[in-house]
Amino acid sequence: MAYVAVRGGAEAIEASLEHLQYERVKHGVHIDTAALEATMRGFLDQVMSESSLYSERLASLAMKQSEGNSEEAVFLLRAHRSTLPRLYYSTVTDPREMFVLRRISSSFKDIPGGQILGASHDYLHRLLDFELVEETEADVLVKKCQFEQEDVPDSSDLQLERLPKVMDYLRAEGLLREFPVNDTEPSDVTKKAMAFPTNRSQRLQTLTRGQTGTVTSLGYAGLRGYGASHPNVGEVRVGWQPIHVAVQDDEDPYYIGAIKLTEVESFIPVNVDKEQQQVLEFDVGYGACFGQNETKAIAMSIVDHALETGGTTPIHDEEFVLLHVDIIESTGFISHLKMPHYVTFQTKLEQMRNIKKEGKS
Amino acid sequence: MTTLPFALLDEQSKREIRRAILKGIAIPGYQVPFASRELPIGRGWGTGGLQITLGIIGKEDVLKVIDQGSDDSVNAVNIKKLVTKTTGVDTTIRTQDATLIQSRHRIPEVPLRSDQVMILQVPEPEPLRNIERSEFKTKRLHAEKEYSGAYLTLFEQIMRYNQTSQGADYPVMVNERYVMNPSPIPRYDNPRLHNSDALILLGAGREKKIYAVPPYTHVASLAFEDYPFVVEKFEGKACRETGLTDVFLDELVDEETGETYYMCNDTSYMYEKLQQKVAVK
Repeated sequence: MAYVAVRGGAEAIEASLEHLQYERVKHGVHIDTAALEATMRGFLDQVMSESSLYSERLASLAMKQSEGNSEEAVFLLRAHRSTLPRLYYSTVTDPREMFVLRRISSSFKDIPGGQILGASHDYLHRLLDFELVEETEADVLVKKCQFEQEDVPDSSDLQLERLPKVMDYLRAEGLLREFPVNDTEPSDVTKKAMAFPTNRSQRLQTLTRGQTGTVTSLGYAGLRGYGASHPNVGEVRVGWQPIHVAVQDDEDPYYIGAIKLTEVESFIPVNVDKEQQQVLEFDVGYGACFGQNETKAIAMSIVDHALETGGTTPIHDEEFVLLHVDIIESTGFISHLKMPHYVTFQTKLEQMRNIKKEGKS
Repeated sequence: MTTLPFALLDEQSKREIRRAILKGIAIPGYQVPFASRELPIGRGWGTGGLQITLGIIGKEDVLKVIDQGSDDSVNAVNIKKLVTKTTGVDTTIRTQDATLIQSRHRIPEVPLRSDQVMILQVPEPEPLRNIERSEFKTKRLHAEKEYSGAYLTLFEQIMRYNQTSQGADYPVMVNERYVMNPSPIPRYDNPRLHNSDALILLGAGREKKIYAVPPYTHVASLAFEDYPFVVEKFEGKACRETGLTDVFLDELVDEETGETYYMCNDTSYMYEKLQQKVAVK
């Protein structure tokens, strides 16, 4: 009888795992990872950003395997990342080189290069489109052809590469607070643990890997009353960012492909002492992440600035922000509460009883 | 189909973990930061201990994994499965047969030997976290050996309850230098850290720290002269199956009678004792 109490957990766990596999297939419906890759752009972008692994193919596999659970999908990708040797870092890549898909400024109406709306949910009425329930593959192909046959206005003068930055305009006018150029080699928090106080690259790397919801909430808190002030979005740009790797120092770097990147520069007014006089200048908050994740990148720019300038609210506290934005760490520790805590509970119980008993005497 | 590297992690990561371990051994009780890789098992589910295991395991090793005293608990099974899948090493539930023992919240009842390594999973490595939430400041407190806060916490408990109310994870002073969280082992296991024959390694994956108690190191649980350190007592209680009294006991309730009974928490030890009993009969 005691045998049962000692052993038996392993079988129960195997059965639970089998049950989970059954859940994925129980409706007898199959979905291709290629179909997910082609249609789940928003999900994949979020998951790639949070997992610090840019691969639509692996992200769609993770999505399929996790049944669309983003927490689990990121988990799978991060764990996969740990099995891979990391041989190279890319060379510095400048978002001025980006092939732009979308680029807007809410600070200036007329920006050099123009406002380029691209594809965005921003202008959409969020009403359920019940026609999609009946949509077939043939419908999709017909719609695709119609779009592609539409007359496109002559765009020969539209420039999508090497677009100037809105920030450069303010800088030329002397309205940006100037800082010396910092070209120190960035740190990599995945290879060397952060120590406090952190440097800028550690902060930016931690934020860009952060859980979308968490970074957004912290940015929101900063905007609403737990931070500096209301920033202006100087520029949001989304596009294909070329990546190069230098194998040997004396060789030209190799082009290894382009990743979709969202980059945000926010303008935040600050008081500056200049020649014994108070003047108002702009600081820049910076956000950038894999994929098209505009809300996250804007929120990141707010938090970046809050951490950079310091202050008294939680979003200025780098330990508060940086130690709690990672999805693997937060979900891991919350979910560990489901593990057995028999021993620790037993020792607490024994003590509570002792204290009660002694209190009476 | 891709094949996983031996012990899952890439070689550079394992080397970094081993460096952190060596530094930890050189400075007993000091928390060494390490980058901490994400694993296929949840952060908070033993990834610190697991990274140590993966970092030092070799093909000849024999692994035992226990969770809260049980070899067969959810977490222990999961961790064992992952390690064997990626290394092919043998596992055992017998403490005596293992070369590496990864454990969550218990040190086995069978005394450890000098050819064994004990790896403890740590949820919160910082003994001063409850009194100082900033990592920047706690690091400084350790550097200055400023531990009045740790003692004050115990003092306040004594003032309030006439005894300490820290259950598991009772802080210890290692090598008369660093105050250390021994991981949430019961106080019952604290004395086993002192002058241990085996090397004891502690890993916190989420908090990205590795630390160590080398063999034959002085480890003392924090206490006062007039309020000495006390372990959990199970007076008048015995394991229902084996009759053992000199072990840490689990409290259980009989479903049919509603009565409380006790069983040896270290299940492999209990199993062994039961087998001996059967053999004698």
